[in-house]
This record gives sequence, structure tokens and C-alpha cells, in this order.
Amino acid sequence: METYALLMAATLNAGTVLALAALGLLINEKAGIVNLGAEGLMLCAAIAGFATVVHTGNDLLGFAAGMGAGAVLAAVFGLLVIWLGTNQYATGLALSLFGVGFSAFAGIGYVQEKLPPRVPFEVPFLADIPWMGPALFRQHPLVYGAVALAGGLIWFLYRTRTGLVLRSVGESPESAHALGYNVRRIRFAAVVAGGALCGLAGAYISVIYTPLWVEGMVAGKGWIALALTTFATWRPARVLLGAYLFGGVTMLQFHLQSTGVDVPSQLLTALPYMATIVVLALISRNPAWIRVNMPTSLGKPFQPGS
Amino acid sequence: MTDLTKRSILKTVALSAVAAAAALSLLGCSKKEEAPKAQAPAAKVEPLKVAFAYVGPVGDGGWTFAHDNARKAVEKEFGDKIVTSFVENVKENADAERVFRDMAGQGNKLIFGTTFGYMEPMLKAAADLKDVKLEHATGYKTADNMRTYDSRTYEGAYMAGVIAGKMTKSNTLGVVASVPIPEVVRNINSFTLGAQSVNPKVKTKVVWVNEWFNPPKETEAATALINGGADVLMQNTDSPAVLQTAEKMGKRAFGWDSDMTAYGPKAHLGSAVINWAPYYIKAVGEALEGKWATSQSWWGVKEGAIDMVSVAADVPEDAKKKLDDVKAGLKDGSFSIWKGPILGQDGKEVLAKDAVADDKFLGGIMFYVKGVEGKIPGGK
Amino acid sequence: MLRLEARPEASKLWGYASPVLALILTVGVGVAIFMALGKDPVRGLQMFFWEPVKSAYALGELMVKATPLLVIALGLGICFRSNVWNIGAEGQFVMGAVAAGGVALLADKDTGRWVVLAIVLAGILGGMLWAGWVALLRDKFNANEILVSLMLVYVADMVLSYLVYGPWKDPAGYNFPQTKTFASVTQIPRLMSGSRVSVGLLIALAGVGLSWVFLFRTRAGFAQQVGGLAPAAARYAGFSSRKALWVALLVSGGAAGLAGALEVAGPMGQLTPYVPAGYGFAAIIVAYVGRLHPVGMVFSAVLMSMFYIGGELAQSRLGLPKSITGVFQGLLLFSLLACDTLVAYRLRWLSGRA
Repeated sequence: METYALLMAATLNAGTVLALAALGLLINEKAGIVNLGAEGLMLCAAIAGFATVVHTGNDLLGFAAGMGAGAVLAAVFGLLVIWLGTNQYATGLALSLFGVGFSAFAGIGYVQEKLPPRVPFEVPFLADIPWMGPALFRQHPLVYGAVALAGGLIWFLYRTRTGLVLRSVGESPESAHALGYNVRRIRFAAVVAGGALCGLAGAYISVIYTPLWVEGMVAGKGWIALALTTFATWRPARVLLGAYLFGGVTMLQFHLQSTGVDVPSQLLTALPYMATIVVLALISRNPAWIRVNMPTSLGKPFQPGS
Repeated sequence: MTDLTKRSILKTVALSAVAAAAALSLLGCSKKEEAPKAQAPAAKVEPLKVAFAYVGPVGDGGWTFAHDNARKAVEKEFGDKIVTSFVENVKENADAERVFRDMAGQGNKLIFGTTFGYMEPMLKAAADLKDVKLEHATGYKTADNMRTYDSRTYEGAYMAGVIAGKMTKSNTLGVVASVPIPEVVRNINSFTLGAQSVNPKVKTKVVWVNEWFNPPKETEAATALINGGADVLMQNTDSPAVLQTAEKMGKRAFGWDSDMTAYGPKAHLGSAVINWAPYYIKAVGEALEGKWATSQSWWGVKEGAIDMVSVAADVPEDAKKKLDDVKAGLKDGSFSIWKGPILGQDGKEVLAKDAVADDKFLGGIMFYVKGVEGKIPGGK
Repeated sequence: MLRLEARPEASKLWGYASPVLALILTVGVGVAIFMALGKDPVRGLQMFFWEPVKSAYALGELMVKATPLLVIALGLGICFRSNVWNIGAEGQFVMGAVAAGGVALLADKDTGRWVVLAIVLAGILGGMLWAGWVALLRDKFNANEILVSLMLVYVADMVLSYLVYGPWKDPAGYNFPQTKTFASVTQIPRLMSGSRVSVGLLIALAGVGLSWVFLFRTRAGFAQQVGGLAPAAARYAGFSSRKALWVALLVSGGAAGLAGALEVAGPMGQLTPYVPAGYGFAAIIVAYVGRLHPVGMVFSAVLMSMFYIGGELAQSRLGLPKSITGVFQGLLLFSLLACDTLVAYRLRWLSGRA
């Protein structure tokens, strides 16, 4: 039984990275922008965060650096896509490729570095509950932060006026513009905020999850986060669940191996990706459902006066 | 309509074009042809150019780091008789051939390819580069001007096992394994045999990452092993992630390829290191003296290529003594790790009593010994 | 302040000048990076722009690198022009290589030369099959092709891994993960001795011609692009956007698979876990920088290859890090996208808010 508690704990940890990134991308997409550059962005944030902790020893500064790096890159992306009207998909891809190369380049001097020892966190009292304690309450604060973030986003998007404006920009930028809202500024703000969150996810990977720097260490999590937002039909709670599902499948794969289950390890490694495809197919099946949930202007450029 | 804008843009473009043209023409004019050959005055002998191709980054703290350390040792040993250079992150596909040819084209006469995947590209290059000597690590194909070298990492694994067997409290060991090739399977087995020699009750669990170097995956694999009950871990992957995970979760682990103490001071039990320097020094020496000939070398503790270093202070004295005995026995040839009786997973004998496995047997190991759990991916 | 103003019609001048400007910008940043790293910028530029073309051998190597990029990009060009975003060309490349490798393994020294044709066809079919999944899922389930094709890349890598570690492993290979080296009869014929350039180059150039004719001179090509870009208009004109989807994916998948076959039965000569080389992703940049135009893509493929080879040389000769190549490639695409704005818009200097 203890094994399952530990598996649950590992799942939460693995899922948090995805959750933070996917929630950031959700903010982007609610405003109608698709940022395919998530992977590159997360990598740059990862090296920024890692380097900061190496030099200052302070995790919080590391997270801030990661968020900053994410925000800056997202801002460049936003400028190109929102003001210069470049194709969102191509620009995102360019960001991804650039980010992969740039992070490797910037990280060269840090490959052998290590961080000061990570302090294991525990929620007092709750961590000692049998089974539930080890399963749920011995995580880094950001794990709980991700949950809080999801809750906060639900409140923000569906209960506040600003959230409503954001969503309407995503649904129909023309109408929002006609109502006098500065669509481009709102979209830009969304892109930068989303980028900062992806940056936080990236920093989490290099500072907490695997406290090392290695080029390409995000290893596809940015792409999975992108898939997650669609998978979760752009709803924060579902994004969170989807992230844990993914984290779980990844950890499950190793767990199954260690218990000696005789399935080819390649099949197990491919499992999360195949699962994504299956779920994507299932939810996209009903075009009406997609239309209801997907921000209508997703991926389309907007120029006032055009 | 103001033409100001168009003009200023055109101006910028024109200026950039002029700048670019100037730069490019500088290129053409300054025919500073790359002259890597040492312009030596007549009397002095030209230094031998030695090049190294690495599969990963020099800073990986593991495999490539060990090779590069040996390169530095060679530089120190031979001083200005040689000039070394390296290229890192050379992929094991068609690109590698181009790199080897370019190295030869740059005047390198001795080239080291430090991973199995370079075998075919090196062989192809060797056919055309008759005056260049090629050294291939961990491979099995040779040519007149290409030979192979390898290290007996399984000896390091065995020694780790001896320590692990004594230190484990749960009697479950874990191995984060890279790719299912004989070398790795042999290491898993040797680790288990070493542990069983001091603690017959141990079991070994294995998780395959299917890559040599992927710290996040190695972290996840290590976590899964620890969650499954393993309290001492060994790895066959190239980064310190496994040791770090053990440190985080309060378990013990070994460093691999290089001394990894710094990455997990509390968790570190010892590092099974590979020291390529003795072999590299021999190879360069032979090349300098004209004594280089094709061969297949497999060096271990005896030749100084493998060692277990930085053993933790809290390892009990009797384990340390056993370790010393093993090292001495390997050095003078009186001790063999793969000496029967050795049982396979199914309980049947794979090595009869007192039989000593030869290199051919060792080279083809694709079965688990008794005590290792699970199945080898794609194997028996 | 500067404002963007839509041009009445796309500027032809900037259509050609934009990639050039983008290249200049990238080179400019490159020079700055070289200097910041304390390396001689002129030598740095030499590595990237002179060394890869300075001898027949070097040109040959350039072509070896450019051929798969061009082939894949040609397919992607048709795909992107139809507004279908196939990001998974890498996976289709791998599956094409797998299929081609499978056929090659069946050959032995007594097989006739015709097997090369079979290998190439197998590669094309393998790539098509893999892209076909993407088309099917989008057609029947509306699943986003970007995500599906991308996920399939990872799955393709695992399929390859399973085969070379398992059923297709060379029995005489000491259990290393690789297939037998293919019989020499399966080698894609080389164009000339002393160089690794194969007839793949000719195939690629033929592809350029075919692609151009298809896109710009046939009704089918026209219908294809309209079907993708303006489904409503397409329906009105009787063009099927569904057909456009399938054609786009099958063609780009087939092209990627062809590139895989050429690579595996060419320079590699066997299947190993290292078949995925990132060409599928690099080809996206090639397609874009070539403006999705077949002839443009020839230039951009050569340019990208120069970046690759230059990066290798810069590493071995100047001690520059390998990651510089990725930085340049990403920068090039970024600058291109930014400069492209000038095609559709012009910058105007306006005093105060309009």
C-alpha cells in the first residue's frame, strides 16, 4: 500500500510541472493566442532559474528569474504575433527552436554545477496522516501552488470582470474592439502572463525536480503541456487533472518496470503520448463540443481597423 | 505620404548590405586559410595531432567527463609532443563520419571515438584514411588502422555490489539501467553477484530508461525504484541524477563513470570510476613511437582503468576489507568475478562450478542471474 | 511613432528582400555572439559560409545534408500552403526509414538492383501511413493535427527502438541495438565516386520541379491551396477541403518517408536508434525560409545545411559550442517572420496618435 502512496506523491510532483505550464498556456489560449514556443521558453527559464540559484543560493530568486525569462521571451513572441501580425504557429515554432539552442548555449558553463541541498518540505500535522500524509502532503510548496493557481484561475476567468474581458477577447476580438477594449494590449498581457507561468514550470524542473542543468532537459514537457490545454478543453480544473494523469502515466511506466511486469519498455515509454492522441481524438470528436469550449479566435491574427 | 519611412528603411537595409558586403569581402580577401599544421622550424619534430570525438557534453559529469579527463592527462604526460582537440555532442549517425573525415583533414593522425555508435562511421572513414589511426571505444569491429578498446565496468559494478550488499537494510537493490546491451546487463549481474557474495538475500530491481543520458528520466526511474523498496541504487546512465534523487529521498547510491561525491554527499557510497588515462597514454605513446598496431583491448582494475573511489566513511570495516581483497585479487589475477557456479534467473547453471568465464562469454551476456527481477527488454 | 499600415497589395520587392534582410540580421547577431565569446568573427563567418562550399568534397557533404532537408521541406511546403500544420514530419521520416530498412533487411547479396526501388517505395509508403493517421484523426475526429502529428513523433521513436532492440536486432551484433548492415546491393546509388552524394539529390531536384508545377500550374494544386486556406470559398468553387487535407498529409508524409529511406539506405546503411536526426523539425524552418516556394526551398535547404556543417566546424576548429547552430537557425526564422511583415505592411512614421 505504501508503494501506491509513494506513487501518488511522485505523480503529483511530476504533474505539477505540466500543470503550471499548461495553465499558463491556457491563459494565452483563452485570449486567442497559441504559443507553440512553450518548450523553448521553458528551457530558457530552466537555465535562468538554475543559474540564479547557483549564484545566489536562493530558490525564490531562481523562480523569479525563470518567470522573468519566460515573460521576456513571451513578450518578444507577443510583439511579433500581436503587433506585427506574424503567423502564430510559425513564430511559436521559431521560439521553440531558438529557445532550445539558446538555452543550450547559455547553459554551457553550468553543466557541472550543482545546487545547495534541497530541503524536503512537509505540511505540518497533515504529513503524518497514515497513507494520505506521504501521498499528498510531503511536496514542495509549488505543488500546492499549482492547485491554488488552478482555483485562482477559475475564479479569475469566470467570476471577475477582467476575466470576462479576457475571454471575450478570445471569443470575438472584433466585438471586444468595438466595445472599446484595447484587444492587442489585453492579448499581450495574457501572453506575457502565460509566458511567466511557463517560465515558472521550467524553473521548477531545473531547481526542484531534477536539480541539474542539462541541455534539452525539459524533454518534451512543453509540447505535452500544449496538448494538455486542448485535452482539457480549456478549463483549469481539467488541466490540473490532465496534468496529474500524465505525470501518473509517466511514473507508472517506471513503476511497472520495477515490479517486473513483462511489457516492452518502449511500449510503456510511448504510453503517455498514445494516451494523449486517444483522448484528443475522443474530445475533438464532437465539433459542437469543441466549438463551445474552444476560444473562437484561437490562432487567428487581429489587427484593429482590418 | 511621407517618404521618410521608406527612405529610412532603405537606408538601414543599404547600410546593413554594405556592412555585410564588407564583411564578406574581408572573408574573401583575408585568405587566412586555417593553418592547423604547426609551422615548425626545420629541426624540431612536428607534434602529433590527436583528436577526440565525444558523444555528449564534456560537462556531463559522467562518461564524456571521464574521457576528457584522460585527454587532459595525456596532454600533461606528453607535453608539446602532441596537440589535442575535441568535438563534443557528435551524434552517432551519418554526421559522425563527416566529423572523423574533417579531423583527418585537419591533420589529426590519431583519432579517438568514444562511443559504440561510432563503429560504422569510423569503419567507413578508416577505409579511406589509411594514414590515420582510429581508436574505437566499446566496439567490436576492427581494421588495419582501427582498433577497439573498452573498460571492464563490470568490475566496478561488482565492487559496488559488495558495498551495497552490506549497506542495504531492505535487501532490495535498484539499478537505473540505460540501454539493454550486454555491457549493461553484465553490470547489473555483476552488481548482484557482488552483493550476494556478502549478503545472499539481496534482490535487484531494474528500470530501463532506454537512453544513456536523460536526467529527468533518470530521476523518475530512481524515484520509482526507491518507491518500490530499493534503498541502495546503482546506475549505468551518465548523469548524477540518480545519486541526487537518492540524496533527496534519504537513500544511498553510487557514482558512475566519474567521482560523483559532490552531487550527493550524504547518499554517496562510492564511485565506480573509469580511468581512461592509462590506455590513452599507452595509445599515444605507441603512435609516437611507431609501434601502434590493431588490437582489441579490454582493461580493468588490473591495468588501472577501473576503480572504486571515495568510499563513504560509514561503510563497515569488513566490507572495506572485502573490497580491498577483491581489488588485490583482480590486480594479480587470483580472483575472478565470473567464476562458477553461477545460476541464471531460472535457477539453471550458466557457469559450472570453478569454471571461469572467458571474454567471449562475458561479451555476449544477455540473461539475468538469479536474484535480479524482471525481464530484459527484447532479450531472453 | 511607428505604425504599421497595410499595403494595398503585397510588396514584390520585400517578397524577395525579406529573407535576405533576415539573413543579414542573423549574421549580424552572429558576429556579435562571436565577439562576445572572444572568437574572431571573420573566422566564425568563414566556418559557416566559406568552409562548407570551398571544395568539391565540401560541396558534396553539403548536398548530403541538404537533400533530406529539401525533400521533407517540399512536402511540408505543400502541406503548409494548404493550411495543414504537419509538425510531425520527424516521425514520418523515422517510419519511412523503418519501412525502408525492413525491405532492405530482406535483401542479400544475390538480390537484384531493383530492390533499391522497392526500398524507396517502402519508405514513401511508411511515411504516408504514419501521416495518414494524422489525416484520419483530423478527418473523422477533428483532432488537431499539430498535436497528433507531434505525439506520433515520440511513438515512432519508440517503434524504431523496439525493433532495433528486439526483433530486428543483428544476431551477429553482440546484442547491440542495431540491424545488420544492409547488403551493398541496397545502397542508394552514388552520383559520383569520392563523394557521399547520392541520386537522392536528383530525386530532390526533380521534386522541386514537380512541386512547382503542381502548386502553380495545375488546377489540382490550386484547388489544394484554396481548399486549405479558405474552406468556404473552396466549397463554393467545388473544391474539397477534405481532399486537400488528405493530399497535404499524404504528400508531406510520403516526402518525409522518402527522405528517411534515402538516409537509411544511403549514408547510414543500417537501422540504429539514432535514425531520428531532427531533420523533420529543421525542414519546417527550411520550408518557411524558402517561403513555401519550391525554388526558394532549395536555397534555404543549402543555407540550413551550411549552418549545420558550419556549426560542426566551428566547434572542432574554433571551440565554439555546438548549440550555436540552433541559435542561428531559430534566429533566422524569427528574423524572417519579422521581416516578412514588410511584405504586407509598411512602416509609417506618424507624429502623435492617428
